[in-house]
Amino acid sequence: MNAVSMEAGLLLAGILFLLGMISVMIRRNIIFMLISVEIMLNAAGLAFIVAGSRWVQPDGQIMFIFILTMAAAEVSVGLALILQIYHQLKTLNSDTANFMKG
Amino acid sequence: MELTFYIAAAVAVLATLMVITRYNMIHALLYLVVSFLAIAIVFFTLGAPFMAALEVIVYAGAIVVLIIFVIMMLNLTYEDVQKEKEWLKPSVWVGPAILSLVLLAELVYMITAAETAPAAAVVAVDARLVGLALFGPYVLAVQLSGILLMAGIVGAYHLGRQKKKVVHRFLQERSAAA
Repeated sequence: MNAVSMEAGLLLAGILFLLGMISVMIRRNIIFMLISVEIMLNAAGLAFIVAGSRWVQPDGQIMFIFILTMAAAEVSVGLALILQIYHQLKTLNSDTANFMKG
Repeated sequence: MELTFYIAAAVAVLATLMVITRYNMIHALLYLVVSFLAIAIVFFTLGAPFMAALEVIVYAGAIVVLIIFVIMMLNLTYEDVQKEKEWLKPSVWVGPAILSLVLLAELVYMITAAETAPAAAVVAVDARLVGLALFGPYVLAVQLSGILLMAGIVGAYHLGRQKKKVVHRFLQERSAAA
């Protein structure tokens, strides 16, 4: 049986997710917002690992692998978008990118 | 094993708190690496050593390096060498270093403890089980994530391409003559 209680692991995942969410809401630098999304995805993966370890099943770890894949694809596309925004607007402030060009 | 979990969890929360309060991006990334390493230790204590390795390789390795590359490409810092020297003062790296030292001490403790007591309390779900399930019932999801990665590569290439300005050679000759 596992020594670490499931509640503690889920609490850690919740705290990390909350920190990432707060950072997405308060920061205006778009790279920091991307980093915070990474933190939130990582916290979700941690919750899956905790659950998989609680019931000694490999499914939680498999979900973590899929989250990892998704995070890698997301960060590459997001960074390409950040490059384009920086070349267009010459700033990283996300509030300046609030207009559309049809 | 329980104490190592709580220490690693505290390090993870502390490092994440430092990430979201930094103003300098590179400092934040330094703390982000420490946070990912701490979560890898948490995975190790939860009996998922393969996922701990993946966390270190993919998150702390690939993703952070990708973000650093983009920060360098954006060329945000035009300060000179003096500024660079000022950045390398100990107060920049001493915080991440202390947190990483705590994690290193935990890792050494766990390796030595595993040698002395091979029948540890944690039931590990090892990589063999994960691989069997991954290419058994989940093989469709593996193919879908392959498609997702392909779309990510193509999308990042398409979005990140710089538009080249096309000028007719007649205009080029005129601008060179003028």
